[in-house]
Amino acid sequence: MSDRFETHEHDVLVVGAGGAGLRAAIEALGQGASVGVVSKSLLGKAHTVMAEGGIAAAMANVDSADGWKPHFRDTMRGGKMLNNWRMAQLHAQEAPERVKELEQWGALFDRTEDGRILQRAFGGHTFRRLCHVGDRTGLEMIRTLQDRGVHMGFDVYMECTIVRLLTDGERCAGALAYWRETGRFVVFKAKSVVMATGGIGKAWPITSNSWEYTGDGMALAYEAGAELMDMEFVQFHPTGMVWPPGVQGILVTEAVRGEGGILRNKNGERFMERYDPKRMELSTRDVVARSIYTEVKEGRGTEHGGAYLDISHKPAEYVKKKLPSMYHQFKELADVDITKGAMEVGPTLHYMMGGIRVEAETAQSSLPGLFAAGEAAAGLHGANRLGGNSLSDLLVFGRRAGLAAAQHAKETPAPNLDEGQITSGESEALSAFQRQGGENPYAVHRDLQKVMQNLVGIFRIREDMEKALVELAKLKERAAHTSIEGSRMFNPGWHMSIELKSMLTVSEAVTRSALMREESRGAHSRIDFPELSPEWGTKNSIIWRDGSAMGLRQDKLAEMPAELKQVLAEDK
Amino acid sequence: MAEALLKVFRGNKDGGQSVEFKVPVAPGMVVLDALHYIQGHLAPDLAVRWNCKAGKCGSCSAEVNGRPRLTCKTRMDSLPQNEPITVIPLKTFPVIKDLVTDVSWNYKVNKKIPPFTPKPGASWKFYQDDVDRVQEFRKCIECFLCQNVCHVLRDHDKYDQFGGPRFFVRVAGLDMHPMDGVSRTKLLKNDLGIGLCNITKCCTEVCPEDIHITDNAIIPLKERVVDEFYDPVLWIVREIRGARET
Repeated sequence: MSDRFETHEHDVLVVGAGGAGLRAAIEALGQGASVGVVSKSLLGKAHTVMAEGGIAAAMANVDSADGWKPHFRDTMRGGKMLNNWRMAQLHAQEAPERVKELEQWGALFDRTEDGRILQRAFGGHTFRRLCHVGDRTGLEMIRTLQDRGVHMGFDVYMECTIVRLLTDGERCAGALAYWRETGRFVVFKAKSVVMATGGIGKAWPITSNSWEYTGDGMALAYEAGAELMDMEFVQFHPTGMVWPPGVQGILVTEAVRGEGGILRNKNGERFMERYDPKRMELSTRDVVARSIYTEVKEGRGTEHGGAYLDISHKPAEYVKKKLPSMYHQFKELADVDITKGAMEVGPTLHYMMGGIRVEAETAQSSLPGLFAAGEAAAGLHGANRLGGNSLSDLLVFGRRAGLAAAQHAKETPAPNLDEGQITSGESEALSAFQRQGGENPYAVHRDLQKVMQNLVGIFRIREDMEKALVELAKLKERAAHTSIEGSRMFNPGWHMSIELKSMLTVSEAVTRSALMREESRGAHSRIDFPELSPEWGTKNSIIWRDGSAMGLRQDKLAEMPAELKQVLAEDK
Repeated sequence: MAEALLKVFRGNKDGGQSVEFKVPVAPGMVVLDALHYIQGHLAPDLAVRWNCKAGKCGSCSAEVNGRPRLTCKTRMDSLPQNEPITVIPLKTFPVIKDLVTDVSWNYKVNKKIPPFTPKPGASWKFYQDDVDRVQEFRKCIECFLCQNVCHVLRDHDKYDQFGGPRFFVRVAGLDMHPMDGVSRTKLLKNDLGIGLCNITKCCTEVCPEDIHITDNAIIPLKERVVDEFYDPVLWIVREIRGARET
C-alpha cells in the first residue's frame, strides 16, 4: 500500500459509536477480534444520547403477563406486518437479556418498589415495557457501553469520517476516511465492516436528528453494492417543539404521553378520540403524527401550528422527577413551565425504518463482509417503529452484528486493497477544493431540505414525488459544482459538501421507493392511495446501484412459520 | 428583523483574532443558531462542534460574553441587547481551530478510572432510594465546562496531577453505585489529585445539568480519602495490623 496514507488494520471495523456500534464492538472484542471504532463525533456524543423514553424489553417486572410473544405481536402490528418476522422474534426474545446485561455493566435504571428495573407504558405497547432512567435513558446506555468498550480495549478513531467503502472483488475490504481535524486521509483495512451509522433526518429541516444523521452508512453501502430496503418508511415523531422557531423539531419525548400527557387542539378537544379512541394518546406514532397534522391542516391547530400536549394535571414534583429534561427544555428554550401549562407540539422527522438490507441472524448485508445494525439497518420495524424498540434494537442487533462480524473475520483471509479505489475516493472527496466560484454547500443543503419537507413529507402524492425527483436531479448537479473556502483543517463547509452526496442518495432512494409503493401503510401515507393494499403488504421495496442509475424492485416477504402466525392470532 | 453583532474567535493553535458577523435574530434563537447562520451564509469554514442542539450531548461548549456555556442553551435574548456578543473557545484546552478545542486529555483521564465492577454475588435487587443519589452524577453530559472553569486546570495547568470535577463526578457515580465493589479512593488521592481542589464551587455554578458537583460529589469523596488515609485512629490500627501481618 502506498505510504501516502496512514493505514490501520483490524479484524472488525465498526463505523459509528452509538448504541449499535458500541454494542457490536464489545461483542467482537469478546470474540477475540481486533476492533476499530470510527466515529464522526467525539466518543459519547452519538445520537443515542438523545433517546429519552426507554428500552422496550418484555421483562414483566411491572406487568407480569408480558413476555416475548406480546412484544413480538405489538412490534409486528405496529410495523403493519411488513417487518422481517425473524428479526422481530429475535428482538422480542433477546431484549430482556440485553437489558440485564447492561445493568450488570453498570447502567442504573429507575427501580420498582421491589427493587427491580421499572418499566413504563409507551405507544403501541400492550404492557408497561420500557426500562428507563427518567427521560435520559440513551445517555445512561451510551456511557455504560462506552466505558465497557474503552476498558475492554477497542481503538477509537474520533472525529473521523468515512468517504468510501473499499471492496475486494465481491467483498467488503475496509474504508477510506479523513480526519476532520486535519483533513488528512486514512485507510482502514478490515475483514469485516459493521455499519452502525444511524439515520437520515438531516435531509429534512424539521427534525429531531443531529448533524450526523446524513445517511452516510446507507449511501456508502449502496455505492459499494449492498441493497437498501423499505426506504419509503420514514418516521415523523408526533411531538417535536414548534415554538420558538430556533427550537423547531427538538424532540418532546413520548414518555410525556406515557406518563399521562393529553393532546388537545385549540378548541380544547381531546382529538385522539376521533382517530384512535381505543389507544388515544398512546396510539402508534404514525397515527398520532397524522392526527396532529390533520388537526392543524383543518384549522384547529395552536397559535404556532401545532397541538397542545398537557401533563400539568400531574403533581409538579412527579413531572420534574419523571421528565426532568422536558421540564428544563421547555423552561429554558420556550419559557413554558410544563408543570403549570401545556406544551405546543407538532410532527418532527425522527427515525428511518428503512436502510441496509440485512439477514436476521447475522446482520450481514447483501455485500459479503459488510454488516449493519441499528437505524442504519432495515427490517425489524417494518412500516412503523414503536417507541422504545430502537434502543433494544441497538443492543440485540448490535450484539448479533459484532458476533457475526468477528466470526466472518475468523473464517476469511485478509482482503487486498485496491489503490485505484483509494485514489479515486480521495480525489472525489477533494473535488470541491478544485472548483472556484461555486455555491456554498450549505445553500444546496437548505434547498434539499425544502424539497424533502414540501414534497416527500407526512402525506405524499404522485405529482409531488415526481416533482421531487426532478428537483433532486437539479440539486445533484448543483452539489457537484459547490466550492469550498479555507483549508482542509476542521472545515465544516467541506464536510457538508461530502455529506450532501449521502443525503442526496438517500433522499432519492426514499422518493423512488415512496413513489413505487401505491398504498398507505404505517409511516408511508399516500393521498392518492389512502388504503392498505393486501398485495403491497407482501412486498419489500429494494433499492440497489445499477451502474450509475438507481435500481428499484419489489421482493416478496418470506413466509411466516405457522407457530408465529399462531402467536399473532392470539389476542392477548 | 432585529440584528445581532457577534465577535467570534477565528484562528488556530498559533493564534487568531475575533471576527465580526452580523446575524438576523429570530424569536427564541440561541447562540448556536447564530453560529449556524454564520456557517450557512457568511463563513462556511467556521469550525464549531455540535451534535444534538438540545442540551443532551455536551458538544457545543464555548465562552459566551466571558461565561462558559452550552451555546445551544444560551438564548440570544438572555444576553445584553445592543452589545456585541463575544464567542471564544474554552480557554483550558488547546485550540484546534476557531471554537473547536482539543479535549483529548479528558479521555485519557477517564481511562485511568477502574470501570464498574460488581460486588461478588451481587443480587441486582436494589431500590430507588439507593440510586437517587447516584443518578444525579450520571446526568453528566461531558460538556467539560466544569473542567474549563476549574482553576487547578485553567490557571495552574495541573494536567498531570489532577483529574478535574468531571472525573470526580464520574468516580462518585461508580463508587456510590449500590452494586459496585471496587474502591477508587487511592486513585482519587494519587492520580486524580482530589486534594488540590479547594472547593470554590466554580464547577457547580457552570454545570448545565445542575449537578451539585462540589457538595454531592467532591466533598464526600474527599471525606473518603481522609477517612482512608488520614484518620489517626485508623492509621494506628493499620500500622499495628500491618506490622503483625509482615
